[in-house]
Amino acid sequence: MTEFSVFGIPILTFLIFFPLLGAVLLLFVKRENTLLIKAGALIFSLFELFASVPLFYKFSNTAKGMQFVEKADWFPDWGIGYYLGIDGISLLLVLLTTFLTVICVLCSWKAIEDKVKEYYITFLFLETAMIGTLCALDLVLFYIFWELMLIPMYLLIGIWGGPNRIYAAIKFFLFTMAGSVLMLVAILYLYFYYYNQSGIYTFNVMELYKASIPIAKQYWLFAAFALSFAIKVPMFPVHTWLPDAHTEAPTAGSVILAGVLLKMGTYGFIRFAIPLFPAAAIDAVPLMSILAVIGIIYGAIVSMMQPDLKRLIAFSSVSHLGYVMLGIFAFNMQGVQGGIYQMLNHGISTGGLFLIVGMIYERRHTRMISDFGGISKVMPIFAVFFMIITLSSIALPGTNGFVGEFLILLGAFKANTVYGVLATTGVILGAVYMLWMFQRVMFGVITKDANRELKDLEGREITILCCMVFFIILMGVYPKMFFNKMDTSVAEYLSLVKNRNAQARMLEQNTGATAKVATEATNTNMTR
Amino acid sequence: MDALIPASEFRWIMPEIILTGFGLLLLIIGALTKGPVASKISGALCIVGSLLGLVFTMNMWGTNLDIFNALYTIDTYGTFFKGLFLIILALVALVSVRYADREEIGGGEYYALLMFGVLGMMVMTSSHHFVTIFIGLEVMSLSIYILCGLLRRDIASVEAALKYFLLGAFATGFLLYGMSMIYGSTGIIDVAELKRYFLMKQPFSATMFIIGLGLLLVGFGFKIASVPFHMWTPDVYQGAPTSITAYMATGVKAAAFGALIRIFFTAFIPFHFGWSEIIWILAVLTMTVGNITALVQRDIKRMLAYSSIAHAGYILVAFITGDRAQASSMLYYLAAYTFMNIGAFTAVIVMQKKGDNGSDLDSFAGLGARYPFIALCMSIFLLSLAGVPPLAGFMGKFYVFSTAVKAQYYWLAIIGFLNSVVAAYYYLRVMMYMYFKEPVGESAAADRAPQYGLVMLICILALLYMGIFPKVFIVMAQKAVGIFG
Repeated sequence: MTEFSVFGIPILTFLIFFPLLGAVLLLFVKRENTLLIKAGALIFSLFELFASVPLFYKFSNTAKGMQFVEKADWFPDWGIGYYLGIDGISLLLVLLTTFLTVICVLCSWKAIEDKVKEYYITFLFLETAMIGTLCALDLVLFYIFWELMLIPMYLLIGIWGGPNRIYAAIKFFLFTMAGSVLMLVAILYLYFYYYNQSGIYTFNVMELYKASIPIAKQYWLFAAFALSFAIKVPMFPVHTWLPDAHTEAPTAGSVILAGVLLKMGTYGFIRFAIPLFPAAAIDAVPLMSILAVIGIIYGAIVSMMQPDLKRLIAFSSVSHLGYVMLGIFAFNMQGVQGGIYQMLNHGISTGGLFLIVGMIYERRHTRMISDFGGISKVMPIFAVFFMIITLSSIALPGTNGFVGEFLILLGAFKANTVYGVLATTGVILGAVYMLWMFQRVMFGVITKDANRELKDLEGREITILCCMVFFIILMGVYPKMFFNKMDTSVAEYLSLVKNRNAQARMLEQNTGATAKVATEATNTNMTR
Repeated sequence: MDALIPASEFRWIMPEIILTGFGLLLLIIGALTKGPVASKISGALCIVGSLLGLVFTMNMWGTNLDIFNALYTIDTYGTFFKGLFLIILALVALVSVRYADREEIGGGEYYALLMFGVLGMMVMTSSHHFVTIFIGLEVMSLSIYILCGLLRRDIASVEAALKYFLLGAFATGFLLYGMSMIYGSTGIIDVAELKRYFLMKQPFSATMFIIGLGLLLVGFGFKIASVPFHMWTPDVYQGAPTSITAYMATGVKAAAFGALIRIFFTAFIPFHFGWSEIIWILAVLTMTVGNITALVQRDIKRMLAYSSIAHAGYILVAFITGDRAQASSMLYYLAAYTFMNIGAFTAVIVMQKKGDNGSDLDSFAGLGARYPFIALCMSIFLLSLAGVPPLAGFMGKFYVFSTAVKAQYYWLAIIGFLNSVVAAYYYLRVMMYMYFKEPVGESAAADRAPQYGLVMLICILALLYMGIFPKVFIVMAQKAVGIFG
């Protein structure tokens, strides 16, 4: 077990509550003093980032199980504990979160002029909830942070969003909440089930991994968990909240929504839904894979037809997340690792695209593709960045997207050729809608006069985009650095799933055999 | 039966004596004086009385004994509820110090009635004798009939009082009839003795007894405002002075649940299979009708009235299981519900204009920009009502529904949770008005007074504390229901 602390506070607790401290301190800053508020939020998020970077180096690549574990009783009578820990999977997502939060604070610097104080408080609060969700290993703690994420996001969309923001905010909230309450029933069921089996009341996930649950029950429980996470991912056909939420959210909201919040769904599958109910998850492979493939192709096709840049990127998210799900449900090393890598990629690339759209929106106050054209001539620096990020989203070799998508497709082919072939068409479609969009926005002649006067990027914006491009290239050319971190965790996860699946099948066979013997016995009795 | 009552037993009812004494004193003050100063003094006396009562009540924690020939009972269960009622009284009185003055309904008699109402609640929850329970119920109800109609010039308030009185009288009739039927079929009028009787006479089924049980449910169904006996709730809650609405929504509901749980969980557990099925349907209806009707309300007071119906449904979910050890979930829920509701109604009071007893959604539009503190408080109450962690409302729902899951009422838990999603919509709508909308027309200034702020802060602290460190309260609630053994 690795130990590491900042100011004497264990690192994960520190990472969770430090942004909250920032939010509370900002409460006391005068509303008019916007510069101090912005600077405060930036300092807090930067410090958070710097505090989280050592995690990457102190994290042991070879140690099994959770690291940086913190365990304390919260409400022992019910077996609720304050139990934190990260493995190679959540480590990378935590780092992505702290990184994107800094980016978001920076990119809102000028875009947000109204209710600045509330904005940054909400944002820091959101960071607390996100990191908490990623570190929690107790189901109740996880659920609390999971629900807590909803409120700041609801406010971000609803207060600082576009014209149709109220509809989008409420749709976002209700969709996600409807999914998660069903998960809560399943959590409670699992809790009492495990108690009846072992005599221990616990919400500790590591402990609950040991529960042996009959397959018929696993189906129901998996369905409840999967629905909740699938809404968050979002998988087809429960994705409808996403385009609205993305389109209406302010730039930073979209970045964090695409970058981190959607990942909570896929992370939930890896951490909870699949390892807790492996037999059901493996039986659900055809269903989930087909939905993932539909998501990939449907997202790409719908994306192609969008007149609105943000909506286009939102639908491309549906497609990209489809890849992640396909990879996770391939149940082999390549697929799962590719899926996790793609989660990070999507955070960087799609986050980057939303930043790009936000920057052009700040200048032109429109996001309609038809309002642009020929921008590359007036904004050459912007064009370069836009091109790199677009290519990374298409998964050009040399960028991060390629590594992820390649591994996912490899895994998918190994698991089932049909899904692999179908998913590959998504790659082509992806190139079509992204490049076509890029062409319509950036190339050609300038048709609108307003576009002639556009100012190119300023220093702050270049800094932000440089950070994104740095990771796009780093993750593209040296993926080993990141895979090293997750190798052990993913291998452990896969063997856990396989063992528990085999165990559940064996149990089923045994009970089935006993039942068969019993029926045969009665039959013989009756014939006599 | 020994008719002698040892004088020493009176020390166990000190809280009741204090309330009665202060109530009578306030009546005299009310009769002799008039004006804002007298009203303020009365309010202060009322708070002092309730806090004094609270001190005595807390000292009785842990004592379990029957007094006055088993007509009255001191036990942890009753003490828990007494503490809750006295806290409600103190908070409502604190709000009233300002509110009652503003609406010119203050004065000795107002506070005296508040105290007598709480006296009734306390009597109601600390006895297992049908007659005592009934007396408590009547003392409570009569005080509240009057309090509802105090806004004499407001026709809605008068209507509320009349409606509540007429329907309340009916319900009381049902209750009394039910009690007499049970007495008629068994010859016993004490719940604890009924328990022993049923244990010996198992299985027991007399038509008269079953009818009595049904009538008892009708009577209590009216008091806790469960569907289909909820018709009075929206009108009465909306028409009554807002402080009284807060008082009714929390106090009366808690008292009715207190007596209901005590009666059923002591004596009628053997018949659980029968009544649980009826209440199953009632609970589902109560949650669903309450929430769906609340969706379309534009008046916040009325919306909170429907939401209080839905909350009664949530509590019934735990009631159905008949799990006596888990009855603590209902107690915890009632305590959490008390703080969030009093808080929410206080925020409504703050935003009301003098003489206007309504509270249209529009008056909350743009509140986040105009009064950030009030908006923040209201948001916390609404989020707690919606059951968002880490507030007490979430822990309450979690506890109540986990009781249902434990007793394998899965569908009930699922319906309950889905209902809380529906509920989230209308709670969030108020938040949406506060934060996302611009003020409509010329918005009235909020009635900002330290008393309201204090009450809201107390409620928020309680909600946060109960939500993040639920242990203290849950252990207390578990100790309280220990008497069902």
